[in-house]
Amino acid sequence: MPRITVTVDGIRYEEEVEPRLLLVHLLRDRLGRTGTPIGCDTSNCGACTVLLDGQSVKSCAVLAVQADGCDVLTVEGLASDGRWHPMQTAFHEEHALQCGYCTPGMIMAALDLLRENPTPSDEAIRTGLEGNLCRCTGYCNIVRAVHRGAQAMNGDGVSEEREVTA
Amino acid sequence: MTTEAAAPAGESRDEIGRARLRKEDARLVTGRTQWTDNIQLPGTLHLAFLRSPMAHARILRVDTAAAREQPGVVAVYSGRDFAHEQGSLPCAWPVSDDVVIPDHPPMAVNEVRYVGEAVACVVATDRYKAADALAAIEVDYQPLPAVLNMTEALAEGSAKVHETGNQAFTWTFAGGDIDAAFRDAPVVIDRTYVQQRLIPSAMEPRSVVATTDGDAYTLYSATQIPHILRVMLALTTGIPEHRLRVIAPDVGGGFGSKLQVTAEEVLVLLTARRLGRTIKWTESRSEGNLTVHHGRDQLQRVSLAAEENGRIRGLKVDLLADMGAYLMLVTPGVPLLGAFMYNGIYKMGAYDFRCTGVFTTKMPTDAYRGAGRPEATYAIERVMDELAAELGIDPIEVRRRNWIRAEEFPYTTIAGLTYDSGDYEAATARATDLFGYDELRAEQAARRERRDPVQLGIGVSTYTEMCGLAPSRVLGSLKYGAGGWEHADVRMLPTGKVEVVTGSSAHGQGHETAWSQIVADSLGVPFEDVSVLHGDTAVSPRGLDTYGSRSLTVGGIAVLRACEKVKEKARLVAAHLLEAAADDLEYAEGSVRVRGTGAGKTIQELALAVFAAHDLPDGVEPRLDAQATYDPENFSFPHGTHLCAVEVDTETGMSRIRSYVAVDDVGKVVNPLIVEGQVHGGLAQGIAQALFEEAVHDADGNLLTTTLADYLVPSAADLPDFVTDRTETPASGNPLGVKGVGEAGTIASTPAVVNAIVDALRPHGVRDVQMPCSPERVWRALNRADGGTA
Repeated sequence: MPRITVTVDGIRYEEEVEPRLLLVHLLRDRLGRTGTPIGCDTSNCGACTVLLDGQSVKSCAVLAVQADGCDVLTVEGLASDGRWHPMQTAFHEEHALQCGYCTPGMIMAALDLLRENPTPSDEAIRTGLEGNLCRCTGYCNIVRAVHRGAQAMNGDGVSEEREVTA
Repeated sequence: MTTEAAAPAGESRDEIGRARLRKEDARLVTGRTQWTDNIQLPGTLHLAFLRSPMAHARILRVDTAAAREQPGVVAVYSGRDFAHEQGSLPCAWPVSDDVVIPDHPPMAVNEVRYVGEAVACVVATDRYKAADALAAIEVDYQPLPAVLNMTEALAEGSAKVHETGNQAFTWTFAGGDIDAAFRDAPVVIDRTYVQQRLIPSAMEPRSVVATTDGDAYTLYSATQIPHILRVMLALTTGIPEHRLRVIAPDVGGGFGSKLQVTAEEVLVLLTARRLGRTIKWTESRSEGNLTVHHGRDQLQRVSLAAEENGRIRGLKVDLLADMGAYLMLVTPGVPLLGAFMYNGIYKMGAYDFRCTGVFTTKMPTDAYRGAGRPEATYAIERVMDELAAELGIDPIEVRRRNWIRAEEFPYTTIAGLTYDSGDYEAATARATDLFGYDELRAEQAARRERRDPVQLGIGVSTYTEMCGLAPSRVLGSLKYGAGGWEHADVRMLPTGKVEVVTGSSAHGQGHETAWSQIVADSLGVPFEDVSVLHGDTAVSPRGLDTYGSRSLTVGGIAVLRACEKVKEKARLVAAHLLEAAADDLEYAEGSVRVRGTGAGKTIQELALAVFAAHDLPDGVEPRLDAQATYDPENFSFPHGTHLCAVEVDTETGMSRIRSYVAVDDVGKVVNPLIVEGQVHGGLAQGIAQALFEEAVHDADGNLLTTTLADYLVPSAADLPDFVTDRTETPASGNPLGVKGVGEAGTIASTPAVVNAIVDALRPHGVRDVQMPCSPERVWRALNRADGGTA
């Protein structure tokens, strides 16, 4: 079996994997990183979106062996020093989730969207998140959350913590 | 949206009505959620199902020998292996005396009746090996004719789904003199509408984990109904109820699809019993599209008789409802929930409803968001627009001439329900304002005048729904097998914190937050000091779970009543400690105080005193807690007015929602943020039925829409921003004045969108487009109407 080295949320793993093992199954079943859920088997829903060397991928459509030597960032690796990433805070503050199953993928896809376009319009957000399905929210609050997260990441936003220290 | 800081401890603030951010979110935005598939118990074996590729066939032979030899395989079973212990999947709603409830083995033994029915399973050491071994199972089928069309299924000489035939039940309701209403009626509108079959598509696929210590069993399932499931699994499998614990961990959406006792839950549990091991099964999306119960699928024949001035005389509804191959938990009851809603918000002198349940060789249908009520609302709201068009009256005006006026509540409808409150005028006035109704009508006229290829349509939907399922006596009169109460347990902990146990079982609705607000207000404790437990029959032993917009209107009231009992007990203890008469005490802002003096005890002080139990009044047990079980007297009746503007390109058939305004009256609101979210999500699902979604079968009964590439759950790019607002007419039937909101958006929006599309095309001679109104369907409707060939 191929031996791969992959860094997930800052931790380096060496694993022997079947060539057919999907990245999402490596994360969930082998590494116990279950924060990334699976919503479909045809890479349509985007629930399993992670960043692979900084770019969003649907981890159900990537083989674990393809991630050899790569850096994987999942929703579990976003918070640092006990503080949520501004996009996590934005989803909370805008009530951009209900059941929350799509949320990890939605947040990771939103981050990739902002990497390419730090100040997207409503339409750019809606188009940019086309590959991530949500059944609960009707998307309005997700669009608002991405704006809010973008503002916070660009330093012109008002997050709760900053409000206190400003 | 406002984010408010917490009230300082001890200070009472109105929590009900505040846009509290959700307590649930912390685990959900950080990936620390406990979905069922995340549960990884030591030694878990994985189960995979082999499913029927035939819609209808006799099973001649299942050979599992080769599969047993595959690497990692622990066991392989076919239906025969379970035949003597698997029982029959339950139908809890035998709706009529003539209902036929066919035997429904969780795993098919002799015959399969839909594509996807389980015929065998593999248990292996990991999910890949289990899936691999499925290929080594050999099954010989003798094909039988598929039965796919309801009308044909009822025709003489049709192939039979079951030996008893294809009719599952008939059910009728009559109010008033329907013959008189139609006799010499100046206007009669006859229409037939198709409620296409839908796939609920919760984002979390189903997953089940069953584990046993050899004596007791624990079943984790992505379910909406842990309590009902426990009872039903005990009855089905013979595992005694008190040896079975059911846990619904975090559940990723339901929409009715997880209101079920599934074959997979039974079979995973039976496999755990047989092997004495922990067994896990998680479906793939394609497997789920085939085998999670479907929704809708009705053929509605509707006749409305009216006066020249638009006043309704009477309504006849003749419904065919596709049951699919079997009757599952509430399959036959779903269309009957609509029976009481076809009259909508309108007054009429006569109503006649008949429904025939029909078996076909398709996946069974069952509850899907709204369950019967969206179908009914669609039919009446479509027909009201047809009546308006027939008479040349504005569709809002024709509704106004018929709806129950605000001063007429409470009002008993022709369908026998008593609507307690409402103000249709107010919701409609607010909606037309927000929408810019007159301006859009003017623009529509201009586009028509200049024969613009892009036409504008305006759709109206004024709906109501029955929520808060349900008064137990009403359920009994409808032959439902259980009650409709809900249970709560409110416990003061020694340190003054509050633990609330609810029988409601949330899967995205935000109960932890909303219930905390109710308790914080009632007991006068900080919102942060309340913790809500649910979804585990060992923690929350009593409950009837979450569906039918019942959680707040039934479960929330149970929580409130338990709080009242806690306060009463606190008063007794305080009277003793303060040496005062209980009648001289009042409970306010988290304290019991002697009226007119400063003397008092906080609820936290009383909690500690009761825990210590050093000095309690005679007969008072040392615990400051209370339980309440609440059974509502009546349903609640949210209502609202939704307006939709759609641009339809008459050259391509493409429809685009330009604006959507929803004004809902859901009574008093506990958390406006949660309410708005429920409306948004409901709108998306209702619009999806109007424009995008349909479960499609081929002529052999194969489901063609097995993936999210074929079954078009809308993305952000497919939907508009919604304008939402509320009017507030408190419900009179419960102390919070709440009505429920879970299904409102889905019920109202489907007819609003289709009415808009038809309105856009009416000058072209179009009077209906079958859902989903895809560009192709719209284009064909236009070209047929113009006399061209489609």
